[in-house]
Amino acid sequence: MNKSSLTKKAIASPYMLWSVIFIIVPLIFVVYYSVTDADGAFTLDYVRNIGHYRDIMLNSIWLGFVATVISLVIAYPLAYIMARSSLNVQRTMMMLVMLPMWMNLLIRTYSLMIILQDTGIINTALSAIGLPRLKMINTDGAVILGMVYNYIPYMILPLYSIMAKLDHGLIEAAEDLGANKLQVLRKVVLPLSLPGIASGFTMVFVPSVSTFYISKKLGGNTVSLIGDIIEMQFKSSNNYNLGAALSLVLMLMIVVCMAVMNRFASDDDDGGVLI
Amino acid sequence: MKKLFFAAACALLCCAFVFSCSAYEHEEYYKGAEPGEVLNVFNWGEYISDSYEDGMLDVNKEFEKLTGIKVNYVTFESNEDMYAKIKNGGASYDIVVPSDYMIERMAVEGLLQKFDVESLPNYHYIDEKYRNMYFDENNEYCVPYNVGLVGLIYNTKMVEGTPDSWKIMWDEKYAGKILMIDNPRDAFAIPQKIFGYSLNSTDEKELSDVAQMLIDQKPLLQGYVMDEVYNKMESGEAAMVPYYVGDFITMHDVNPDLAFVYPKEGVNIFVDAMCIPACAQNVSAAKKYINFMLDPEIGICNAWYIGYASPNTGVVNNPEYSDYAENKLLYPDEESMPDTEYFHNLPQETLDRFSALWSEIKVAGSNNTHIYVGFSVVGAICVFSAVYSAVRRKKREYWYDFPKQ
Repeated sequence: MNKSSLTKKAIASPYMLWSVIFIIVPLIFVVYYSVTDADGAFTLDYVRNIGHYRDIMLNSIWLGFVATVISLVIAYPLAYIMARSSLNVQRTMMMLVMLPMWMNLLIRTYSLMIILQDTGIINTALSAIGLPRLKMINTDGAVILGMVYNYIPYMILPLYSIMAKLDHGLIEAAEDLGANKLQVLRKVVLPLSLPGIASGFTMVFVPSVSTFYISKKLGGNTVSLIGDIIEMQFKSSNNYNLGAALSLVLMLMIVVCMAVMNRFASDDDDGGVLI
Repeated sequence: MKKLFFAAACALLCCAFVFSCSAYEHEEYYKGAEPGEVLNVFNWGEYISDSYEDGMLDVNKEFEKLTGIKVNYVTFESNEDMYAKIKNGGASYDIVVPSDYMIERMAVEGLLQKFDVESLPNYHYIDEKYRNMYFDENNEYCVPYNVGLVGLIYNTKMVEGTPDSWKIMWDEKYAGKILMIDNPRDAFAIPQKIFGYSLNSTDEKELSDVAQMLIDQKPLLQGYVMDEVYNKMESGEAAMVPYYVGDFITMHDVNPDLAFVYPKEGVNIFVDAMCIPACAQNVSAAKKYINFMLDPEIGICNAWYIGYASPNTGVVNNPEYSDYAENKLLYPDEESMPDTEYFHNLPQETLDRFSALWSEIKVAGSNNTHIYVGFSVVGAICVFSAVYSAVRRKKREYWYDFPKQ
């Protein structure tokens, strides 16, 4: 073993320690709780009864998926334009993207609730000019809006960092060879930005699927997501075992979704897949 | 009400100036704390007077000033939340404030410790009828803090007439304007009363009936709420909610359109009391704190701020408190007293049933056809694009290889 690999190990050790204590051990606990009952005896009842929660789990994945696609559609052109702008404009836009994240997620969601509710700002304005009120709060749409609003920076940032590194020469070369704007986008920019899309997708999809606060405030607790049910098991029902079993299954489903997603992002290099 | 309140507050302030040297009774009881002592208090949200505005007192600050003990004050939203935290030993508190049935449960499970309740110098203020109650028959575990009833809060601008029955919460006319209380015991209590069941029923069939009724109600609901109820009712966002009378009094000060009624089917009555959990680290400070909360001066500030009925005779008989003490909703006399029932602790089996049914209610009613359609569309697009790109790749390979053929 040479000196440099020893140094490498020494430098990596704080993180290794961190991940063992805060990632590996908690995961083991999740698995342990999900296959035992309240007295600590082995049982698969909790995992077996998860089918009961199938609809709510599908609903969470669906809302998370829709929110992620919407974020992608909004973030992609923005990231492209940002990467093509002058440095000053880039800095300002980056600042604007980051600005909402300086505020706490809870406060942002709470204020969305106040904006959307029946006596909120939008409806008050609508009725002041004689238009009918809109039913916005406590709908799936409000929950999706909350997810997009809260997590879109996580989509913009990886896309932007990939696009900023994109070699402009390639685009010029494509144009020289007679590609029109659309063809440049489809055949050059999109394939090269696939890793950014994949990591942005992960970073928005995962927190959206497992969120509970957003659905609680914007869905009025009647649009329940799987995160709400898990939170309830730990917070008030005091049923750690069911909560752990639900978390475990949710984790597995997310892993499956990500695996499918990554296949699409990496196996194809001609860019014809995602559009 | 506001003006009267202000006048009373001014009067209190004057008194406080006149007697400022000996504000609290039995001051010698609070002496002798060691430097650096800490007291961890775990109480309901919005359940203590916490500012000096309008002549009120910040109770925790006053206690710190008087004793030199630092107060760490943490809040919870429901008995069940509090229980889960204590039971799992996640944190150590010196004082908790559960409700009656939860005190019964925690005492049985050994989560509370006995202490010499009656030796507290201010204990004599506790009304006789709130001593030796069913959840603490020998006065060993707790000192009552507040008494309250659950009733129906409604907005007179949005609800026609004067409702007198819980059934109005299933009236389709008010769809989307109805709020439900977000904890299982309180939510179950309402259909239980409509059916005429006991609030402490352990009957399997009765519980299923009740859960079914709550599932039927779900499409009409705006949501399940606890502390957000203030925002939603005060702004006129929702028309009705079953909630605690003390909170109604606070909300009514902000939105005078709100009204309160005890439905004829009957309501839940509860006592919240201060206890010392078994895990407490500083029992002597906890006893000082409990005694301090019983001091009439502190008690009256809390009673004004929280708006709940007080079991403290030093508060109720105080002339400055008379406008509250004469409020028939808060202190019903025999005539205006609705049918009431206390919650009792339930056997573990029933509790498990409760939380299973509660999860079922929360899960129920999501219509998933659009999700299946959505997933199939996404799946179809994926398959199509995979096939499409495979075909194209084939074609391209054919043309790349063309000259060689």
